[in-house]
Amino acid sequence: MSRVLLIAAVALGLIAGPAASQEPPPAPDRPLANAAQEARAQALFDGIRCVVCQHEAIGDSPAVIAADMRGLVREQMAAGRSDAEIKRDLVRRYGDFVLFQPPVRVGTWLLWFGPFLIALAVAAVLLLQSRRRRTEIEALSPDEEARLADIMAEVDVRPDPDAKASDD
Amino acid sequence: MAARLRQRIGPLVIVEAGAFALILALALSSLQTALAVAGRLRRSPVLAGAAEGSAIAAALAVAVAFAALIFAFVVSDFSVANVAANSHTDKPMLYKVAGAWGSHEGSLLLWCLVLTGFGAVLARARNLPFRLKTSAVATQGTLGVLFLAFAVFTSSPFERLNPAPFQGASLNPLLQDPALAFHPPLLYAGYVGFSVCFSLAVAALIEGRANSAFWPAWGRWVRPWALASWAFLTVGITLGAFWAYYELGWGGWWFWDPVENASFMPWLAGAALLHSAVVTERRGALAGWTTFLALLAFTFSMLGAFLVRSGVLTSVHAFAVDPQRGLMLLAILGGTAGLAFALFAWRAPQLKGGGLFAPVSREGALVLNNLFLTAACATVLLGTLYPLILEAANGSTISVGPPYFALTFVPLMAAAFLILPAGPLLAWKRGDLKGVTQRLAVAAGLAILLAFAGWLVFEPRKALSAAGLGLGAWLILGALAETAERIRLFRAPLGETLRRAKALPLGAWGTTLAHAGLGVFVLGAVVETGYRVEAARPIAVGQTIEAGPWTVRLNDVRIVEGPNYLAERGRLTVTLRSGAAPREITAERRFFPAGGQTTTEVGLDFRGLDDVYVVLGERGRTTAGAPAWNVRVWWNPWARLIFLGPAIMALGGVLSLLDRRLRLGVARRKAAA
Repeated sequence: MSRVLLIAAVALGLIAGPAASQEPPPAPDRPLANAAQEARAQALFDGIRCVVCQHEAIGDSPAVIAADMRGLVREQMAAGRSDAEIKRDLVRRYGDFVLFQPPVRVGTWLLWFGPFLIALAVAAVLLLQSRRRRTEIEALSPDEEARLADIMAEVDVRPDPDAKASDD
Repeated sequence: MAARLRQRIGPLVIVEAGAFALILALALSSLQTALAVAGRLRRSPVLAGAAEGSAIAAALAVAVAFAALIFAFVVSDFSVANVAANSHTDKPMLYKVAGAWGSHEGSLLLWCLVLTGFGAVLARARNLPFRLKTSAVATQGTLGVLFLAFAVFTSSPFERLNPAPFQGASLNPLLQDPALAFHPPLLYAGYVGFSVCFSLAVAALIEGRANSAFWPAWGRWVRPWALASWAFLTVGITLGAFWAYYELGWGGWWFWDPVENASFMPWLAGAALLHSAVVTERRGALAGWTTFLALLAFTFSMLGAFLVRSGVLTSVHAFAVDPQRGLMLLAILGGTAGLAFALFAWRAPQLKGGGLFAPVSREGALVLNNLFLTAACATVLLGTLYPLILEAANGSTISVGPPYFALTFVPLMAAAFLILPAGPLLAWKRGDLKGVTQRLAVAAGLAILLAFAGWLVFEPRKALSAAGLGLGAWLILGALAETAERIRLFRAPLGETLRRAKALPLGAWGTTLAHAGLGVFVLGAVVETGYRVEAARPIAVGQTIEAGPWTVRLNDVRIVEGPNYLAERGRLTVTLRSGAAPREITAERRFFPAGGQTTTEVGLDFRGLDDVYVVLGERGRTTAGAPAWNVRVWWNPWARLIFLGPAIMALGGVLSLLDRRLRLGVARRKAAA
């Protein structure tokens, strides 16, 4: 057990050992001194993908590269760049993949407008159908009403407490 | 002598018996299909009865196989490859058992168990007409054959290792968690429960006549399955989100990860199916649409299985990355869904629409609900598959994440939520929009007031969050207004109100609960997302970090030893800024020697509806050189509601399921009349 303990201690970084230094630990986060800039940087972190992780934002990833990317964003933020400029720079380095919000261009039109097109298409079909239906629903003629009343009287319908409720 | 021999060969025989039982189950499922087809063609109750018997026997055989696998995990039989890869002698018993469904092979066996188990329940159903039932049993048998064959030929969990390793590789420590031990069985009960809806839909397409009496009855048969599956799926997904929230230590609970989406699509399709089936049951209308959704729900379940198990997705939770198996799953998915939808395309035009209704009516509202739910479901599908399609088409890679869904999925659902409270208040056939508006005026007024208050109290720039706040309140108040209306609360004498409340069918209470639960969830999700505060920095023992109104102080950090891990355990005190209301919590970083992995154990301080969420990070040094820990603190306001809401929704589903009308049905009511 003591050996296991030792290995564990090394892995947890309690003891600086050669075994622990396979990969350098990520650079510690140094928040920007300017609180407004730091808040903007934090907001950006949630929309930027850690490029080696599986669907994780750099704000949430413990990976080394995520820490580097956070550093990069903060560096540019401190240099006075706007959010859009920082994002553009990231896309230039890593491609569209790096942003969780895909760009709107010819290849992604279907992605962006598809949901609303589907909703509109279904709505159009429903509207056409209901218009056709409206012509089909007609009120009963007085004669039919009278016949219906006769039938209802004959069958002796048991009073239902729910009858007027919207449920039935 | 015999006893000792039995003791020695017992464990061996049990695992081999499991492997045998799995093959036997495949044979029995094949028999089930063949007998049911023959029974249907010859109209022979004897053959059909034999098919039903085979279905029950197949379920029992899979249960035996599953029990054998659990046994192998419990006794840590590392000569079984699956146990060696996923278990460890040091693991607590709960996770030894849960390890049985922690891998691709084991979870596939669980899938087969639920599939055949529900198939057995279907086979024992007494109120189904002969033709429909026999066709459904045949379809369910076919699904069983396909998935069992997949399990037996490519993914048997009973493969042996020779020589057996001395120790197992252990289950991924992230999965060693109570919520995640129960997450897969519940999720699978939901996913695979839709298989019965699928089978009933296929049977209805084969047997369905343009007979107006058929579809209401069919709607009544399919609805309990849809309800139960949906309720299971609700709880399963919520447990998964809760696990992601407190185990992964990233402060969030949903990230539109492809695998999360994979479980969400059947849920959305199932929710649409539930509502559409009500129309089919009560009014005989939308028969084609309801069958379509019943096919769709299980198709999405299978799609989810394919996405998670094939390795086509990059996701945190994708497992068993194996293209070969993925290809086979794709074949099963394409084959069954392709055939079923081809059958639908052929038969659907012959389905006569039932009762007519005006656009403003209960049916109209439910149709709108279906419009938005299916569009939302299509959005999730697009967002999940689009990166794959685009990369295959022209090699360009994109990421589709939370911002995309916030701009597409959320508005669609918001539109659905706007009209939702009106639905249950509208009468069937022809609703009175003016009357409904009057009845909901108070709820709408209060919701708008709340949104406005939220807009003033919180930061004014978060207008969208304030609108979401109003929307959540609208759902809850609207649901309550509907029930208040039906029991004539404050309008009739108390005795009358109580009598009405008693007479109100369970299904109506279920609807109210489910809709109110959705509102509770929306409130939680909106407030947590819009107003949470995060703070992170390295602090030494004795130092503090602040988030929102909370101050967190690191008291000490010690090394502790768990059953199969070692941990750095930080003790922290959470107080208000003023130092009032102190409470001590612990947060850990655990190291699992068996797999060489490190996990975080979040420190959670429940403060009313809010969470103070603390993650103890890596050890480093302060600028002064003292040891310090990277501590991240979140103040997650109203986070409790995010998990409470779906629990209320699922409870609503269960109440509806217990409704007498679902079991006895219209026939009995007519007889009474």
